[in-house]
Amino acid sequence: MSFFSRSPWILHYDGSSCNGCDIEVLACLTPLYDVERFGVLNTGNPKHADILLVTGSVNERNIEIVENLYRQMPDPKVVVAVGACACSGGIFARAYNIQGGIDKVIPVDVYVPGCAARPESIIDGVVQGIAALEAKRKKTA
Amino acid sequence: MRRTTIPFGPQHPVLPEPLVLDLILEDEKVIDAIPTIGYIHRGLEMMVERVEYTEMGFVVERICGICSFMHGMGYCVSLESIMNVEVPERAGWLRLIWAEISRIQSHLLWLGLGADAFGFENLFMHCWRMREQILDIFEKTTGGRIIHSVNRIGGVKRDISDSELAAILVQLQELGEAFKTTARVFGTDPSIAHRLGGVGVLSMEDARAVDAVGPMARASGIATDTRLIGANFYDRIELEPVTETAGDCLARVVVRLREIDQSIDIVRQAIEKMPKGEGLPLENKPRGNPNGEVFTRLEQPRGEVLYYVKANGTKNLERFRARTPTFANIPAMIKLVKGCDLADVPNIILTIDPCISCTER
Repeated sequence: MSFFSRSPWILHYDGSSCNGCDIEVLACLTPLYDVERFGVLNTGNPKHADILLVTGSVNERNIEIVENLYRQMPDPKVVVAVGACACSGGIFARAYNIQGGIDKVIPVDVYVPGCAARPESIIDGVVQGIAALEAKRKKTA
Repeated sequence: MRRTTIPFGPQHPVLPEPLVLDLILEDEKVIDAIPTIGYIHRGLEMMVERVEYTEMGFVVERICGICSFMHGMGYCVSLESIMNVEVPERAGWLRLIWAEISRIQSHLLWLGLGADAFGFENLFMHCWRMREQILDIFEKTTGGRIIHSVNRIGGVKRDISDSELAAILVQLQELGEAFKTTARVFGTDPSIAHRLGGVGVLSMEDARAVDAVGPMARASGIATDTRLIGANFYDRIELEPVTETAGDCLARVVVRLREIDQSIDIVRQAIEKMPKGEGLPLENKPRGNPNGEVFTRLEQPRGEVLYYVKANGTKNLERFRARTPTFANIPAMIKLVKGCDLADVPNIILTIDPCISCTER
């Protein structure tokens, strides 16, 4: 399947974030950054997605949804944790119902720091995600 | 007829945030909508017990990434009135200018998302292209694109030089001119009029009955605007609430289009009226710990926000509560969704400009 290896489809989910990183993920699609020129496509369907971009620190209620989305994605798949909250819980780590990072719930391949993560670093995270995806594909092939 | 229940969210392409609605349908008509919240709840009320009041401002800013500046401002204004700190004049004006620029940013963002929801992707791209220019202004003046952290209790952290302010005004006015082309598409395109006109009509009586706030209420003809109470230097600004009478989705778009022009004008007035010069005081540092309680109201891009802060003389606040505009507009949204076609649900939800992370905090 080498012909589509450079064109990952992205699923974005807001796992209890403040919206800041989600808006920056959307900003990646718009004219200034325009990731579609690299073949990166935003999809709403987990069954079409190669890379899962998750923002936020994941509260109790969201665990099930994040796990569910991850399960529905076909293998090989890569998870990119976007923003400080997604990496470690960030400023909300002390809140009572926060898991403190996506990796407490599902395995994470790439961590993108920042509050809010800048579009440049999100794009960089996706590029690293492509490499991780390639490595996983080779392993399963 | 058999009823069907369609789950809407938490993961749904039309909204980047997890809003959950159970839509109960008869044929294509929605007869009931049951909202569920809690997917972005982070428990800010409990966090004040663990985070000191001096740091809490940065947490409050992160209630929401779209109106983050105004959340920080609301928190600082609340604590200033508890601690009797007077904000230096230039700092107050700077806050007002940043607040209005963030309103422009929020409306451009929303107009883009709205256009995406009714399937006009080109318009979405144009709105967000313009929004990037506003973010550049923010980055230049505060250092952050989304989260600014310039509010301090007692003032602001950074100054904007007079020459820079003049340049910002020119940039905003040019953007306002350039935006007219895009705004004309919203106003005149027949497919948009067909998609949004007459959809989700909220009459003036209904808007009062469900206590709609912000652009939602103004699109139904209610001239309500919290800025009119005059706090935070708004008493020195001439402003007329933007109202429309149709109360449908299109009217809510038009209100926001016109508010962009209004905000640019407010920034112009503020730059004219603020005290000029270098090195003016920007911050009066508060002393001791806060003791007392206060209600603060601000007009956010989505409508009126209300903060309740209660302090007891210790480093941690006793209560902190924010009633955000989206929360106030949810009853209006549920009212509109009942009886509409399934295909109109995304448009109706988006025209209240929902910010779920504000709502759930």
